[in-house]
Amino acid sequence: MTATLLTYLIAIAAAVPLGWWLARVLSTAPMPGEALFAAIERPLYVALGVDPARGMTWQAYARAFVLSNLVLGAFVYALLLFQGMLPLNPDGIPGMSWDLALHTMVSFLTNTNQQHYSGQAQLSYLSQLAGIVTLQVVTPMMGLAIAAAMLRALVGGRNAAAAREGDPRDVGNYYSDVIRLTLRAFLPLALVLSLLLTAQGVPSTFAGAAPATPLDSGAGMTEQVIPIGPVAPMVAVKQLGTNGGGWYGPNSAVPLENPTPLSNLLQTVAIILLPIAAVFMVGGLTGRRRLALMIFASMLLMSVGLTALAIFAEQAPNAASLGLAEVAANMEGKEVRFGSESSALWAALTTQTSNGSVNAMHDSLNPLAGMAAISGMLINAIWGGVGCGLVNFFVYVLLAVFLSGLMIGRTPELFGRKLEVHEMRLISLLVILQPLLLLGLSAFTLAAPTLTGNSNPGFHGVSQVFYEYTSAFANNGSGFEGLGDATSWWNLSCVAVLLVGRYAGLLIPLAVAGSLSSKRVAPSTRASLNVEGPVFAATLLAVIVLMTLLCFLPVFALGPIAEQLSLAR
Amino acid sequence: MNVMTPNVIKRQRGALAAAPLAPAAWDALRKLHPRAQLRNPVMFVVLAGTLLTFALALSAGPGDPHFGFMLTVGAILLATVWFANFAESVAEARGRGQAASLRATRSELTGRRVVDGREDRVPASSLRRGDRVRVSAGELIPADGEIVEGLATINEAAVTGESAPVLREAGTDKSGVIAGTKVLTDEILIEVGTDPGDSFLDRMIRLVEGAQRQKTPNELALTVLLSAMTLVFLIVCVSLPPMAAFLGVELDLVMLVALLVCLIPTTIGGLLPAIGIAGMDRALRANVIAKSGKAVELAGDIDTLLLDKTGTITHGDRQATAFHPLPGIAVGHLARAAQLASLVDPTPEGKSIVRLAERSGGPLALPEGSTVIEFTARLRMSGVDVPGRPPLRKGAGDAIGRFVEAQGGSVPPALRGIIEQVARAGATPLVVAEGTQVLGVVALSDVIKSGVRERFARLRALGVRTVMITGDNPLTAAAIAAEAGVDDFMAEATPEDKLARIRAEQAGGRLVAMVGDGTNDAPALAQADIGLAMNAGTQAAKEAGNMVDLDSDPSKLLDVVEIGKQLLVTRGALTTFSLANDVSKYFAIIPAIFLAGIPQLAALNVMGLSSATNAVLAALIFNAIVIPALIPLALRGIAVSATSGDALLARNLLLWGVGGVILPFPAIKLIDMMLYAVIGA
Repeated sequence: MTATLLTYLIAIAAAVPLGWWLARVLSTAPMPGEALFAAIERPLYVALGVDPARGMTWQAYARAFVLSNLVLGAFVYALLLFQGMLPLNPDGIPGMSWDLALHTMVSFLTNTNQQHYSGQAQLSYLSQLAGIVTLQVVTPMMGLAIAAAMLRALVGGRNAAAAREGDPRDVGNYYSDVIRLTLRAFLPLALVLSLLLTAQGVPSTFAGAAPATPLDSGAGMTEQVIPIGPVAPMVAVKQLGTNGGGWYGPNSAVPLENPTPLSNLLQTVAIILLPIAAVFMVGGLTGRRRLALMIFASMLLMSVGLTALAIFAEQAPNAASLGLAEVAANMEGKEVRFGSESSALWAALTTQTSNGSVNAMHDSLNPLAGMAAISGMLINAIWGGVGCGLVNFFVYVLLAVFLSGLMIGRTPELFGRKLEVHEMRLISLLVILQPLLLLGLSAFTLAAPTLTGNSNPGFHGVSQVFYEYTSAFANNGSGFEGLGDATSWWNLSCVAVLLVGRYAGLLIPLAVAGSLSSKRVAPSTRASLNVEGPVFAATLLAVIVLMTLLCFLPVFALGPIAEQLSLAR
Repeated sequence: MNVMTPNVIKRQRGALAAAPLAPAAWDALRKLHPRAQLRNPVMFVVLAGTLLTFALALSAGPGDPHFGFMLTVGAILLATVWFANFAESVAEARGRGQAASLRATRSELTGRRVVDGREDRVPASSLRRGDRVRVSAGELIPADGEIVEGLATINEAAVTGESAPVLREAGTDKSGVIAGTKVLTDEILIEVGTDPGDSFLDRMIRLVEGAQRQKTPNELALTVLLSAMTLVFLIVCVSLPPMAAFLGVELDLVMLVALLVCLIPTTIGGLLPAIGIAGMDRALRANVIAKSGKAVELAGDIDTLLLDKTGTITHGDRQATAFHPLPGIAVGHLARAAQLASLVDPTPEGKSIVRLAERSGGPLALPEGSTVIEFTARLRMSGVDVPGRPPLRKGAGDAIGRFVEAQGGSVPPALRGIIEQVARAGATPLVVAEGTQVLGVVALSDVIKSGVRERFARLRALGVRTVMITGDNPLTAAAIAAEAGVDDFMAEATPEDKLARIRAEQAGGRLVAMVGDGTNDAPALAQADIGLAMNAGTQAAKEAGNMVDLDSDPSKLLDVVEIGKQLLVTRGALTTFSLANDVSKYFAIIPAIFLAGIPQLAALNVMGLSSATNAVLAALIFNAIVIPALIPLALRGIAVSATSGDALLARNLLLWGVGGVILPFPAIKLIDMMLYAVIGA
C-alpha cells in the first residue's frame, strides 16, 4: 500500500511543475536558461535547414513527422544490419537477420520497444547507444509534439485570434517542437535520473563484459561472463520516455538494471512521470486548466481502478499452484526483492502508459492481473505513452462528445467546432482498426499453430497471443514471455501492427483536429456541452469502458476469464 | 369551378393515432428487398444473418435436433428487420398523409391564364413559373405565387386551419398566396412562383418519403459511426470460431449469428430513418414547411434569433395613450387640436387619437370648408387647415419643427425633454402644432403581444439570444426591448443593417435564425443559417428562406428549435441505449455459446437463464421487440427540457445509458421464464 501510494504521490507532485515546464518549452516565450539552450539549438536548426519560427499547417506538420521517421528508420535499420562490422563492439556481436532488424527498428521507431531479441547478447554498444537510445530519446518527444500540434489545432491553431473561418491554421513547427522538447525537457530529466540510478549501483561504463568465477563449480562452469555497459543512462531514458526496452533481456527484473528498493521506486515513478506531466501541459498549452483537471481526474480514476485490480489479483496465491503449496501471494515469475505488490504496481503502470518495461514476468501473473494489464494497453489512454496517451484520450473524448452532444440536442461540437461526417469517418476508421488487427491477427495466428510458437495450450495460449498483438498495437512493448516470438511470422505481423498502431494512432487524430481547427466556432452558452465538468467525465468513462468491453469481452472470456474460472475451481 | 371543403389540420396527440397501420405493415414487407435494405447497413447485416440462418436450417434438415431452434432464430431475425421497416413505413405514412391532405385539392385546380391580355382556363398542372393567372372572388388560387395586381381577402383555412380571412395586396410585404386557398372578395392577378412538382409542399413531401429522402448531415455522421460499430462486431464474431477452435471448441454458427445481431446497434439502426422522417413530420404538423431536413436539424443549434418588432413582438398598430402638453398649454387644448387634425386620418393611430380625445371632450365634427393635408412620406406629417384658424399639423418632431419655423415660429426648448421622456417610456412621440405654436406631444404606444415574454424566456433557456430589429429610435426601442424581454435590439435599422448584423453574428461563430416577410428581408433571410419566411410574405422572401411558416407566426421559430433539438436528442439517446444494451446480451449469449465447450463460463450466466437455446432466443426476442416498443417514442421525439446542457446530459445519460445497461437483465430473464414455461429448457 505504502509503495503504491508513495509512487502515485511523488509522480503527481513532480508532474505538476513538469507539465508547466513542458507548456513553457512549447511556447516561444523566453524561459530560464534560454541563452544556453538557444546556443545548442541554433546549429541544429542550421544543419537541418529549418526556420524554427515558421508555423506549419497540420498537413505540413504531419509530413515533417513522417519524413523524420523515415530518415531515422533507415539509419537505424542499416546500423542493426551491419553492427558486426562497426566500431564500439567489444564483444564481437554479429549483425541481425533482416526481419529481426526490421522488427527491432520499427519497434523502437514506434516508441514500442517490443524486443524479439536479448539486448545484452544481440546488440553492440554502438547499436544500443546510437541506434536504440537515440530512438528512445526522440520518439517520445515526437509523440509529445504531435499531441501539442493536435491540442493547438483543437483550439484553432496559434493564429486562432487573427484567422477567419476556413483559413489554414498554424499548429506549430515540428522540428522546433521536437528539438526544444528533447533538449529543454527530456535530456535534463534523463540526466538527473541517470545520475540517481548510477548512485544506486546501476553500471555506467564502456568497458566490455566482466568475467566472474562462479561460487558453485558444480554447475559445470568455470567462468561466467556478466555483460555490463552504459546501463544507467539507457534505463533512465527507457523509463522516462515510455520506451521500456532495457539493456538486459529480463529488463528491470535484473539486479544490475534495478538494484535497490529506491531504484525500483525511482523507476516506477519515472514510468508515469512524463505521461502525467503531459496532462498538466494541456492546461498551459490550451489555456483551459479545467480541461486538464478533467483529463487528470478521469485518467487517475481508471489508473487506480486497474492498479487496484492487479494488486488485488496478485495478493491471492498463484492460481496455477493452488493447493500445492501454502503461499501468501503469487510469487511466480517475480523478484523476491520486490515482492508481489511492487511487481503488480509496475505491471499495471507499465501497461497503462505504453512503457512496457517490466520488473516481473507478466506471463506468470494471475489471470485477472494479466487482464488488468491487457485492459490498460487496450484503452491505451490511461496516461498512455508520452504524447500518444493524450492523443488516444482525445479520440475517446471525440466519441463521447458525439454521443453527449446529441443527447443535449445540439450538433456535436468540441470547443465550439462541429463534428461532422468527415471527422466521424476518420474516428470510425480508428475504432475499426484496433479490433480488426488485434482480433483478426490473434484468430489467424491461433488457427495456424505452426506459426504461433506458443509455449502454452489452452486459455493461457489465447492470452499470450492476444497480449503480444495488443502490446504491439498500443506501442507498449511488454510481452507474455514464453511466446516463441523471434520468428519471421511474429516479426513481420508485429511490424504491421506496430506501424498502424503508431502512425494511424497519431496521424488520424491530428487530421481530425486539423479539420476541426479552421471551422466556425460557436460561442459557449448554458445550453452547450461542457466538456470540463463531471457529467461529461462520467460519460467519457462510460464510453471508454463500454467500447473496450464490447470489443474484447469475448476474447477475455476465452483467455483470462476462462483461465481464472478453471483455476479457481 | 371547384367547391372545396376546408381541410383543417388537427394536431394529433397519440403518436400512432393518425397512422394507417395496415398499409404501413404491408409497405414494411415490400421493403424487405435487399436493395431497399442497402440504404441501412445495420439492418442489411441482420437480413444477411436471416438468410444465412435459414440456409443453415435447410441444410441441416428437419432431422436435426436444433432444426426448430434454427427456424425460430431465423423468424425472429426476419421480424427484427420487418419491425425496423415498419417503423420507417409508419413515419412515412404519417408524413405523407399530412402532406397529401395539404396537396389533395391542388390536382383538380384550374386557373385562368392570362397571355397577351387573353384569358383561357388551363389545369393547374400546366402552369409554369412566371405565368400570370387572374382569380376572382369565390375562386380557388391554382398555384403558389405572388399578387402582382390588386388586393383581396383570402381564406387560407385549407392550408393553415385558421378560418379568419387575411388581406393580401400587390406591392406590399403581404403579397404571397398559396394554391388551394380561396379568394373571398375582389379580383387579383397572380404571378405563378413555382413549376408543378416543385412547390414548397412538393419539396416537403420528398423529405418524408424514404426512397427519395436525403440523409441529413448529422444522420450521415451517425450512420458512419453505426456502420463502424457494426463492422467491429462483425470482426468480433468472425474472429471467435478460430480462437475457439484453438481451444478445441466448435461454435454453433446460428448462435454466432444471434450474437452478432444482438450486438450490432439494431435499435437505433432500425429507428434512425423513422426518427428523421418524424422530425420533418413534426415540423409539418406545426405548419412549417422546411425546404431541407438539414434546416430542421440545424435549428436545434441556433444561437441568435433576429426578428422584426412589428407584428412579432408588438401588434404593430400603435395606440394613443396620453397627451403631454408643453408648459402653458392646457391639456384640453392639445387634445382638441389633435382630435381635429386626426378626424379624417384613416390609420389606426389616427383613429386611436380621436378615441382618446373623445373620452374627455366628446365628439367633434370637421368644420365646413376645411382642407385635409394627407400624410406623405416626404413631409412626414399630416393635418387639417380649418378656416379662421392657424393650420393644424401632427407628425415627427423634426418635421413639425421645420413646419413651425417655416411659419415664422420657433420650437420651444421644453419640447425636447417631453419627446425624450415619451420615447424612453417605449412610446412613439407625435408632435402637434397650431400655426407657429407647438402645443405638445401625443404618446403612441406599441402594445406588446401577450405571451411574448414567456416565449423569449423559454428560448433563452434553450440557449437562444433574441435580437429585436426596429425602425424606432433607440430610446423607444430600448423600452420595448426591456418590456418584451429580448436580449438585444437594433434601433433605426435598415435592411442593410440587418444583413450586416447577421454577418457580424456569424463571424462570432453564432448560428443565426432570421424571421422575415418582406422583399427587402430576402438578402438577410438568405444569409441567415435558418431563414423562416412568413407564408403571407413576398415570393422573394419565401424563395430566400429555408423554411416557410404557413401560419405566418414569427414566434413559430421556438417550435422549430425544439423540433431540431428533439431530433438530435432522440438519436443520441437511442444510440446510447442500443450500445448499453449489449452488456446484458453478452452475459446472456457468451455462456450459452460456450456451454458445451467451456462449461466454466457458466459462471457468467448471472441471469440464471434456463438453457443455452432459451438464453439466445430470449436475448434475440428482447432485441427485436425493443424496436416496435420504441416506435412511438421515435415518432414523438424525446422531450427537451429547458435546462442547462449539463443537466440534460446527466438526465439522458442516467435514463438511456444506465437504464440501457440495467433494463435488459430483468427483461431477458422474464422472456426466458416465459420461454421455459412454454417450451421447456
